[in-house]
Amino acid sequence: MPTDADASEEFDWRADESTEEVDFRDRLSEFYERSVREPALVAWSDTRTRVGAAILSVYVLMALVDVFGLWRDAVPNQSTQRLLVPFQSLKYPLGTTPSGIDLLALIIDSTPFILLMVLAGGVWATSLAVVVGTVSGYKGGRVDAVITAISDFFMAIPGLPLVIVLAITLSPENPLLLGVILTINYWAGLGRSIRSQVLSIRENSYVEASRTMGTSTFRIIRKDILPNIMPYVLVNFVKAARYTIFASVGLYFIGVLPYSGQNWGVTLNNAYSRGGLFTMDAVHWLLVPITAIVGLAFGLLLLSQGMDRIFNPRVRTRFSGESESVEEETDSSTGLM
Amino acid sequence: MNYYLRRTLRIPATILAVATLTFGLIRLLPGGPFTQLRIQLLQRGIPAEQVNERIQILQNIRPDAPLWQQYLDYMVGVVQLDLGRSISLGEPVASVVARALPWTIFLVVTSTVLMFVIGVLIGAVQAYWEGSRFDKITSGASIFLMSVPYYIFAVVGLFFLSFHLNWFPTGDAAARSIQPGFSLAYIQSVLYHAILPIAAFTIGGIGSTALNMRGNSIQVLGEEFVEVARLRGLSDNRIATSYVAKNAILPMYTGLLLQIGFRLGGTVVLEQIFSYPGLGYYLIAAVNANDYPLMMGCFLVITVTLVVAVFIADLTYGFIDPRISAGDSDAY
Repeated sequence: MPTDADASEEFDWRADESTEEVDFRDRLSEFYERSVREPALVAWSDTRTRVGAAILSVYVLMALVDVFGLWRDAVPNQSTQRLLVPFQSLKYPLGTTPSGIDLLALIIDSTPFILLMVLAGGVWATSLAVVVGTVSGYKGGRVDAVITAISDFFMAIPGLPLVIVLAITLSPENPLLLGVILTINYWAGLGRSIRSQVLSIRENSYVEASRTMGTSTFRIIRKDILPNIMPYVLVNFVKAARYTIFASVGLYFIGVLPYSGQNWGVTLNNAYSRGGLFTMDAVHWLLVPITAIVGLAFGLLLLSQGMDRIFNPRVRTRFSGESESVEEETDSSTGLM
Repeated sequence: MNYYLRRTLRIPATILAVATLTFGLIRLLPGGPFTQLRIQLLQRGIPAEQVNERIQILQNIRPDAPLWQQYLDYMVGVVQLDLGRSISLGEPVASVVARALPWTIFLVVTSTVLMFVIGVLIGAVQAYWEGSRFDKITSGASIFLMSVPYYIFAVVGLFFLSFHLNWFPTGDAAARSIQPGFSLAYIQSVLYHAILPIAAFTIGGIGSTALNMRGNSIQVLGEEFVEVARLRGLSDNRIATSYVAKNAILPMYTGLLLQIGFRLGGTVVLEQIFSYPGLGYYLIAAVNANDYPLMMGCFLVITVTLVVAVFIADLTYGFIDPRISAGDSDAY
């Protein structure tokens, strides 16, 4: 996001004529007001942000619980009671599996792994897409042609089958590596849609003006173009993160990703393949990992929808709390997976 | 160069590049399929001097030839639709793939079309009655649908509707007892077996399509040209179809291209859950059986299908929005 503090570091052409003296402390407090407090308030005024943030903090909490070892690890035969139904015993709040494993422990155990993987996938896919999309959209010409050809190639490879083939040859067990592999070609499509947005932004008169003044490409991209696509990028960061969850759990579920420990997808797979489908007594064994997956995706989505308000100028000008919440999906890709 | 010509030339180029990639994966990765295939054959008690010969039959690559020769052999094989022989099924990969491909296309095309049509309709109604109870309920439901992966719908549907209520079959593309062909019974059986997979694959996508359509329509409804059209006294139907709907759907159509790619990849999990004999099913079967020729064949064919599908979508996009073909903008 562009901020006043940023903009005043190097006032290129106007600085000579400007007589206005701004105190450093004023600038700092204005920076805080403009870029921290106001956006936070705008975002917080939206119920979706609050619910989304609450849900995500539950997952972060679970990760912390696991990291500090505040809840028992998931091992077989913890409980003498097999297939205990949830909410029956305080000792095993989410019930147990047929081998007596505490389901809550299972879920908590895999949270840090999943969060790391999701973060890696999201950061990798979005940052690469932003670089590729802005450069190729703004530069045009030969640069654009080369980048477009490369990303077309990556778009032409179906993601999940490629990941399966790669998983067999590389056997990734590190969450960060796995996140990157899962979104190995996700950036291509996203980069393409960012490119088309940049194409229309670069026709704006202020970009034209910057160009006429001889501003460098990097600076134009950073100051004039990035702020415009930021909301889109953030929403898509969440989508990439969601894709990473869906893809990883799906592939663990059908058993093609290597795993050393348990995780939501593996639990789902076990429940599915070892009789969870045939009896109603075992239905919680399926539902607990499902709830964990859906909850995380739901939290991410709500947060992204709420965050859209920070960046959406039309909503922001009405900053005073009385504005109606309008869900606006600015992107065109209807990303399922 | 002409847009369509350029676009058409890109297909063989992409297929060539992907075939090179599969060749690289088979041949070059350390400990990759090629090495494992050799170990596997040796373990089966095949004499060492025959192993190379067997590999050549199975994967149409001569292991003792120089690398460029292997590459050429592989490419010539691919062009001649010779994808090697499946180890686990004992038949040519090409014939397995030819049998599986129609099922995958059937699943993906039907569910994508359904998802798009239903989503667009819901989104349009939401936008028109923005803020109404229908809008609020369906928007909330859409966000929820977006956070549930399609295979969850598949598992839950299979659990309740197939295993417990016995309403739907639990696997296969058609009843085994019926002779395949253009008979009414066979078609009925195919549709009956496809309902659950298609439904599971469609439901999840409806949410995001509807939300997109809703957002786009609301934006278009606020544009001046819609107001002008009203002032000109055009009929509501005309405004709704040729002004609002057209301009709201256009940006979603580009998203659809990407969508096809994701959905085609997604059938891997879907077909596995429903034991539906498409490409994804055989891909996983090949993975589990260490059947590398079949695995690479499936991967290659899924990719080619995607390339062709995106090409078709791209061409039709040119018809809908003429601006795309004139896209030679000047560079900076």
